[in-house]
Amino acid sequence: MAIESEVLVVGGGLAGLTSALAAAREGADVRLVSYKQSTLRNASGLVDILGYTPEGDGPLTDPFEAIPELPDEHPYQTVGLHTIREAMALFDDVAPDYRGGHTDTNALLPTHGGTIKPTARYPAGASAGLASDTRDVLLVGLESMVDFDAQHAAAHLEATGVPFDVRGVTIRFPGDLRADAKITRYAKLLDTNGEVAVRGRTVPARDALAQRVNTERDGEERVGFPAILGDDDDAGVRATLREKLGADVFEVPMGPPSLPGLRLEDALFAALDESGASIETGNPVVDYDGEGHVEQVYVEKNGARIPNSADQYVLATGGLVGKGVESEREGVYEPVFDCHVPHADDRYEWFDTEAFGDHQFARFGVETDDDLRPTAGDGGVEFDNLRAAGSILGGYDFAAEKSGSGVSIATGYAAGQRAAQEAR
Amino acid sequence: MSDAESPTDFDPTAPNTGEDFEPVDVFPDSTDFDLRPGADSCYKCSTCDTNCPVAEVDDDFPGPKFQGPEQWRLKQNDDEHTIDDSVMSCSNCMRCDNACPSGVPLSQMHNTARGEYVSEQMSKTSVEYWRNRILSNYRTSAWLASKVPRLANFAMNFGPARWALEKTMGVTSEREFPEFAQETFREWWQKEGAAAGSRERAREHRRRRGESADADKKVAYFHGCYSNYNTTEVGKAMVRVFEHFGYEVVVPEQKCSGTPMFANGMLSDARRHAEVNVSSMSDLVDQGYDAIASCTSCSMALRQEYPELFDIDGIDEVAAHTFESLEYLRIHEDLRGELDAAEVDGDLAKEFAYHAPCHARNQGLEHQSVELFRDLEGVGIEDVGESCSGISGTYGWKEEKYEKSMEIGEEMFEHMEDADGDTGMTECPTCAMQMEHGTGYDIRHPLELLEAAIVD
Repeated sequence: MAIESEVLVVGGGLAGLTSALAAAREGADVRLVSYKQSTLRNASGLVDILGYTPEGDGPLTDPFEAIPELPDEHPYQTVGLHTIREAMALFDDVAPDYRGGHTDTNALLPTHGGTIKPTARYPAGASAGLASDTRDVLLVGLESMVDFDAQHAAAHLEATGVPFDVRGVTIRFPGDLRADAKITRYAKLLDTNGEVAVRGRTVPARDALAQRVNTERDGEERVGFPAILGDDDDAGVRATLREKLGADVFEVPMGPPSLPGLRLEDALFAALDESGASIETGNPVVDYDGEGHVEQVYVEKNGARIPNSADQYVLATGGLVGKGVESEREGVYEPVFDCHVPHADDRYEWFDTEAFGDHQFARFGVETDDDLRPTAGDGGVEFDNLRAAGSILGGYDFAAEKSGSGVSIATGYAAGQRAAQEAR
Repeated sequence: MSDAESPTDFDPTAPNTGEDFEPVDVFPDSTDFDLRPGADSCYKCSTCDTNCPVAEVDDDFPGPKFQGPEQWRLKQNDDEHTIDDSVMSCSNCMRCDNACPSGVPLSQMHNTARGEYVSEQMSKTSVEYWRNRILSNYRTSAWLASKVPRLANFAMNFGPARWALEKTMGVTSEREFPEFAQETFREWWQKEGAAAGSRERAREHRRRRGESADADKKVAYFHGCYSNYNTTEVGKAMVRVFEHFGYEVVVPEQKCSGTPMFANGMLSDARRHAEVNVSSMSDLVDQGYDAIASCTSCSMALRQEYPELFDIDGIDEVAAHTFESLEYLRIHEDLRGELDAAEVDGDLAKEFAYHAPCHARNQGLEHQSVELFRDLEGVGIEDVGESCSGISGTYGWKEEKYEKSMEIGEEMFEHMEDADGDTGMTECPTCAMQMEHGTGYDIRHPLELLEAAIVD
């Protein structure tokens, strides 16, 4: 016997989660299996739709205006504008702590490197940092946190021509934390407002942090911190700091591991759990039965192969980094169902010699029909009940376009919804 | 972007295509498990560090990325490099394994490093060594106590004795020792007719279920120490539930799974026990039995830690045939259908605050109990969140770790208080101790609820 469901989603990133949510809301009995924890905790927490055209023009003001001009093979063209809007509405519904849904226009957010990123949605905690805001900014770095150099980031921001003055300072985080303390250590200390020792006295961590920043502040109306301001109670941490500083407070999204990504992961898994779906993480899907139609897949647990069967399947295992697409010297392949991944025979055509050149590998992934079903080399569908979503799809370069989240949400939504409708 | 000039002598159009490329075996003579591929797979994303419950509260603990791949590399480079003593602060929750997007075997690296630290760097005459050794050999203490359970229950929680135990051995006096059962599970099992009795009952159930009386349904129960000496009702529930589904149960000779020994770096003790367990289980696996554990740390040890740390005949087959009890039924039986038709009344018709043990998470079981019981008539169940309970077996019993252990558990205690009712549920006996200690709740095992729901 197998573990059964109507829709089985393979993959627990943004695409897989959106798929499962869309299918569950359509009324299907859904199961999501993911090899490891969601890769969302490696994501900045910013949710983009389209920041630049494939030709590199941008930052774009309105992604929805640019999408119809994208090449035919782009996943956005497969699902269409209407679906993208519906998908984003689902996202807004399950991620209430996100902002930006009131407009089609991209927001501009400062990054930890001091660049400006165009994005469609951003966490509430980052909203006071908008680059279109004219209030002056103080960026606060932490001595032990070398991923964020506040002075450097401030100088870069200034160079982009932002409409405000920005200054960076580096302080010691209060308390005797180790030099390589984890982001979760800062977050936990601020969440619990734990006592820290400051010059022989013990002070709650939020107060101590505000005191240190206040000695450096010079009238700036906004203060930006690296994204470590709490995990479970980030709104509470920001509120206390806002009150103690008398200034607006925001988080600057950071590289991995990322608390905003972690918070988004928690929100989406909670929504999925609430929808009644079943979830299993920790073991990989390694194989399947079926010819032209997936009968069942096998989840491997320490050498035991556990069959999982469903009417419809969604493949959302990620791209080259997520290991949904693998490559060897001989070729590029999709490891679970061996779906066709188009690529040049000569591997020296896979990349460009310039680091930021036009790399073919960045667009590696499966091709699909209009229904997001992966197609074989001859154009026919690989399996009539398998759809693909997210960065396993080929035909777009999410890193260059800044479209990774939007494509995952839009194609995840479309694949999940279609799978649920077929399973009825 | 970097300001560095692009290298000019690199010409990828005329590369070394090396068609007969062969990977180099770097340590060809080593008989140890080769951890190099694991260390090489680490790309430093630090996701593991965000999962570590200890690093979140302990400013002396450098986290799993250091304990695993970084320390391993340091050691390859320099023969003088010894294992950092912070490895003893790792509680072996193994959450980092499940976190790694790159498949680095973190807990295997931690277990290996800890074993080396204890065998080569820790003083064998130190109080810490003997305290850890006694704590990790719980089975021996429990075996002794089970001979005189009433006396043991009194003596182990006798104030002055506990004060002395803390002062001399570093075992915290804050915790209550678990109560020993008057009759062990194995004693009960013998009275029930052991394997022959089970065979008969299983055949009867198969008849009732309309299955062939000779159906090949047989399992070997790995009860672990705790179900045998302390919570025997869990072991009894396992037997009744499996027989209800028509399975013949055998209870083979077994020792401790080794879980507390791994966590304390007592690898030779663990190996001694593992040899007995693997030998008795592998004989049964050859005869078509699957091994079933009711404790998720026991199943974790048999499935993952054994093959990662020991080279024992039959170990991989045993690992591939070991399952947690509900997981097994979920795969092989229509558990959901049976629960849909069931209703619970009486003693267990309650609201449960469920905590998923870290070791259950690592086997992909963290949602299992809630998913199975959330629609069950007569009960309510709520997940109290992803925080670690903080006790991690022997970790929270150590005097110097007690405060940290409670700090880690705080989030779980709060969520338990917020949930409806005042009964907890978990698969892990030491998580159960911590849940009870922090909230005063009565803590039950999912098998007990399953028994109440479907066994007449």
